[in-house]
Amino acid sequence: MRYNIKVNVNGKPHDDSVNPRVLLVDYIREKLGLTGTHVGCDTSSCGACTVHVDGKAVKSCTMFSVQADGTDITTIEGMCQNGKLHPLQEGFKEEHGLQCGFCTPGMIMACADLLENNSNPSENEIRHGLEGNFCRCTGYHNIVKAVQYAAKKG
Amino acid sequence: MGNLIGKSVKRVEDNRFIKGEGKYTDDFNMVNQTFAVYVRSPHAHANINSVDVSAAEAMNGVVKVFTGKDIADAGIVGSICGWQVDFKNGDTMKEPGHPILAADKVRHVGDPVAMVIAEDKYTAKDAAEAVLVDYEVLDAIVDPKAAAQDGAPQVHDDVPNNTIFEWELGDKAATDAAFENAHHVTELSYHNQKLVPNAIEPRAALAHYDANEEKYTLYTTSQNPHLARLIIGAFVLSIPEHKLRVISPDVGGGFGSKIFVYNDECGVLWASKQIGRPVKWTADRSEAFITDCHGRDHVTDAKMAFDADGNITGMRTKTFAAMGAYLSNFSTCVPTYLHGTLMQGLYTTPAVHVDVTAVVTNTVPVDAYRGAGRPEATYGIERLMDTAAREMGMDPTELRRKNFIPAFDGVNEPGYQTQVALQYDSGNYEANMDKALKVADYESLKAERDKAKAEGRLVGIGFSTYIEACGIAPSAVVGSLGARVGLYDAASIRVHPTGKVTAHVGAHSHGQGHETTFAQVIADAFGIGMDDVNIVHGDTENVPFGMGTYGSRSLAVCGSAIMRSVDKVKEKGARIAAHKLECSPDDLEFANGSWTVKGTDKSVGFGDVALTAYVPHDYPADEEPGLDFASFYDPANFVYPFGTHICVVEVDKETGEVKVVKYVAVDDPGIVINPMIVDGQVHGGVAQGIGQALFEGAAYDSDGQLLNGSMLDYTMPRADNFPMFETDRTETPCPHNPLGVKGIGEAGTIGSTPAVVNAVMDALSDYGVKDLQMPLTPNRVWDAINSNGNGNA
Amino acid sequence: MIAYNFDYKVASSMDEAFSLLAEAGDNASFIAGGHSIVPAMKLRLAEPSTLIDISKVPGMSDITQDGDTISIGGLVTHVKVASSDVVKNSCPGLAECAGVIGDPQVRNKGTIGGNVAHADPGSDYPGALVAFDATICLANASGSRELAADDYFTGLFETAKEEGEMVTAVKVPASSASAYVKFPNPASRYAVVGVGVSLNINGGTCESASVGITGAADHAYRASESESALGGSDLGDDALSAAASAASDGQEMLNDLAASAEYRKHLCGVMLKRAVAVAKGRT
Repeated sequence: MRYNIKVNVNGKPHDDSVNPRVLLVDYIREKLGLTGTHVGCDTSSCGACTVHVDGKAVKSCTMFSVQADGTDITTIEGMCQNGKLHPLQEGFKEEHGLQCGFCTPGMIMACADLLENNSNPSENEIRHGLEGNFCRCTGYHNIVKAVQYAAKKG
Repeated sequence: MGNLIGKSVKRVEDNRFIKGEGKYTDDFNMVNQTFAVYVRSPHAHANINSVDVSAAEAMNGVVKVFTGKDIADAGIVGSICGWQVDFKNGDTMKEPGHPILAADKVRHVGDPVAMVIAEDKYTAKDAAEAVLVDYEVLDAIVDPKAAAQDGAPQVHDDVPNNTIFEWELGDKAATDAAFENAHHVTELSYHNQKLVPNAIEPRAALAHYDANEEKYTLYTTSQNPHLARLIIGAFVLSIPEHKLRVISPDVGGGFGSKIFVYNDECGVLWASKQIGRPVKWTADRSEAFITDCHGRDHVTDAKMAFDADGNITGMRTKTFAAMGAYLSNFSTCVPTYLHGTLMQGLYTTPAVHVDVTAVVTNTVPVDAYRGAGRPEATYGIERLMDTAAREMGMDPTELRRKNFIPAFDGVNEPGYQTQVALQYDSGNYEANMDKALKVADYESLKAERDKAKAEGRLVGIGFSTYIEACGIAPSAVVGSLGARVGLYDAASIRVHPTGKVTAHVGAHSHGQGHETTFAQVIADAFGIGMDDVNIVHGDTENVPFGMGTYGSRSLAVCGSAIMRSVDKVKEKGARIAAHKLECSPDDLEFANGSWTVKGTDKSVGFGDVALTAYVPHDYPADEEPGLDFASFYDPANFVYPFGTHICVVEVDKETGEVKVVKYVAVDDPGIVINPMIVDGQVHGGVAQGIGQALFEGAAYDSDGQLLNGSMLDYTMPRADNFPMFETDRTETPCPHNPLGVKGIGEAGTIGSTPAVVNAVMDALSDYGVKDLQMPLTPNRVWDAINSNGNGNA
Repeated sequence: MIAYNFDYKVASSMDEAFSLLAEAGDNASFIAGGHSIVPAMKLRLAEPSTLIDISKVPGMSDITQDGDTISIGGLVTHVKVASSDVVKNSCPGLAECAGVIGDPQVRNKGTIGGNVAHADPGSDYPGALVAFDATICLANASGSRELAADDYFTGLFETAKEEGEMVTAVKVPASSASAYVKFPNPASRYAVVGVGVSLNINGGTCESASVGITGAADHAYRASESESALGGSDLGDDALSAAASAASDGQEMLNDLAASAEYRKHLCGVMLKRAVAVAKGRT
């Protein structure tokens, strides 16, 4: 049984027929070939799959692709506009906010939503705002600094 | 030399990662690929009566289903143990087989019994459920100490008393005497609990067999592609090594769990030839929980003997170390040569004895996990030190100061020979601790803690002064101790005609930033820019044979191989330059990217020399063209980083929750190449060490079921579990490698766990709580507070 | 991590939702935000043969106020409840509760209707809704009905919702002195114990209190003994002590890796006191 979905991903329209049980993250990775969004768990815990759906950070592993019909989706690949890095991308590099890089796309997407709702978060607010994202490499120290860098940059 | 050593150069690999353009194993696809799903045992211990794949194979889209019988019929067993540790009485170590697919018996939840291969992963998953396995469930054994006792369920028929080996190190008689004559003995008994590594990228493999070339290609999430090629080719699947290409692309964290050759990738590699199509496999997280090698799992009795002045006179431990259901590649060396050999710590302890019994249990196999044996040793020593200090009424820093090995640089003063085989290379432990005490403002911390306690708040300070042995390892030494591999590394440096450089290195970065640090080292040495160097790693096709990245070894060992190649380039470059400058190479000095005739301004640059090497018109006779050298480096010794960690916690009396309010780490990794990256390694290491102390631990029931086999139940630390970490350093150079570097990847984890537990014990000292089983969950801490020190909870 | 196959239908109206449900026969489920059902389906713990997507059904996505009662449509996401000025002014404890559900990404997608329909014993909303005398509004093909929250949550993942019914809204009376405090499971961040408290304070006296506790037992319950201890008191130490020690009376505490039954019982008291302190501060 297939279902037709129309989605806008990073500003580009897509029209595809999908099996409903395909998760949004798998549609993004496998059908669209956008492999920057990652799968790190199977319990909606790790946040490596975080994308923006209609402007809000969502775990793309916790949606079937059919649920995304008619939505605007931004993935990590859409954060760099016209070759210009998003302040968070800059911040993650400047502050060494990543090591293996696997959690980084989901982390950046979650942080972008955090800053959208709170443009000058305290350290505490940043740490709580990252409840939905795991990193096993950095101890989060430099991720906090990366967000502070981006917040300052505006 | 140049100006890049010691600089926090931003990482070049970040350029792709921050854009989501990293290429991890699951990102790769091949034309005509199939997908594999393993059927895994839900039982910890069971006989397999039958495996019926007929329904699965009949499903639309299923290509083939393999079982243990197919593997056995092919004459294959599975992955091997790479380190032989025999019994102390001379008997040979037990080495049970580990088949790629179990045929007769399953020995842990997760043990695979069939491999389903289908056109897509959805069909493979559905078909896996249609494989019918008839099990006869048997009693399981989980506890390492109980496993060794008579009457315990036997995991392997050929391993009596589930005992793989019994091993000891040190002087038992001298240690016995020390304890007999001790003025004071401090003892602790605990379980250094089983941990699940949970790198955020699950393991994966993509395998392909090219029938025309009779050649296999394997993409795998490995920390060491060459080692994988050697083990798989020579020891598992009998593939000629030149017909097996192993590629580790970007790898999303490892922490040890991606060192080992797993049967999972061996299975799909074998299958790719059987079915004549590529096979792709990616673990689910719940699958990772029951297949990735776990860490730690030692049941230990640890004791320290003191004289009346607080000098340590003896140290002894007895450990039952779980291997899990099967021997993973390095499992046997972790509780022995990476653990027993550290049992003196950085103290002048005159008598040490370590006794280790390695046992199999019906749980996921255990192998190296960040620190691999050294956290277990350090935990015992440092917990005993703080505990003893409290028992003897001494300040924990003064007890340590009294017992530190005096400073030695390994050059003017010899290295320090311990009671347990190792010779430490260089160290200045007291200066390091003094710096930490200053950075942390210990006097103020004490005052604040005492004030808080007077107000009824449970604040505690905990210490850990650790030493560890990494940069593994001198091949002959480990060979004599049972290692079946060498532990050198390799780097080739290719200078191109236009003076740019490509280095192929045998280390494999999965977060450590080698593309940046190694480029810094090379660019600094040649006086060229970071942009003029690129680092290539991960593909056995084009990288010389290296042993990979783990054991905090890449800079110390691969970095030294890089320096060897650098020296070879410079030596030849000097001869070419001398020819161009019409002098002798001895007349030249190299600085700022140029060879200059000493005392003059006649010089020729690195780029010029490079071009000349490849356009050898006016060129030294008897000199080959080209500027391209490979080197191997076998370390002369381990390297021995050390440090002081100070943890301050506050315990919520009402809930037992432990909050880390301050964490200071002053580490000594030898010379520092990139401070930013070193700090990052410490942060991550400390986070995992705190994770063990407060949050993590694989929980098994008596049937061998893993009760917390998902991220909903196994507590992975989050950003709001930590404060900002305060890091600083001392730099005591390593005397025996060209860069003077030690290692830092695991130090954070090694130092932190005991510091945290010590801090909690300090906070709870008024309750008479001496010890608590990790993880120190709120429930455990609250139980301890409310039982008024009546127990190990 | 792969669900079984299923049919997917989208309802553009309430009527269509129910007719699709009827067509689908047995074993069909509604899906709103999907943050209860999708995780269950991925682990193959739930296997509906048809999912009927109600996320576009009109009339359930708003927060409205009618006198003293706020009405939250079943499709309203947790983040909207947490950030709504209407909710924050009328019943701050409810906004507080919504703000600690899951994590930010979950709050962007999960809905109150879905949460209430699923009734996970570790969910946060049930404790708050029970404490704040909320009403659960249900509808089916033939009509609609309302149930007191206290009557709605009946057992482990069990509610009084019948086959074929949808949670269309939740109504919550105003309660300015309200709070929700939770002790989270460190791994899942579900509630080990979550306590909602609503106080009716007049002068220096707490005339009455309602206390709802989730996470501790197999479903959210009113801690009526605690309510008696707090009602008519000055909310001083004695009253708080009595209320705390009665917080699990009559209930069988859950026992799991995160908390033993004894520890949970203790936490009920601790969280109750903390919730009372927060609620009191809002008078």
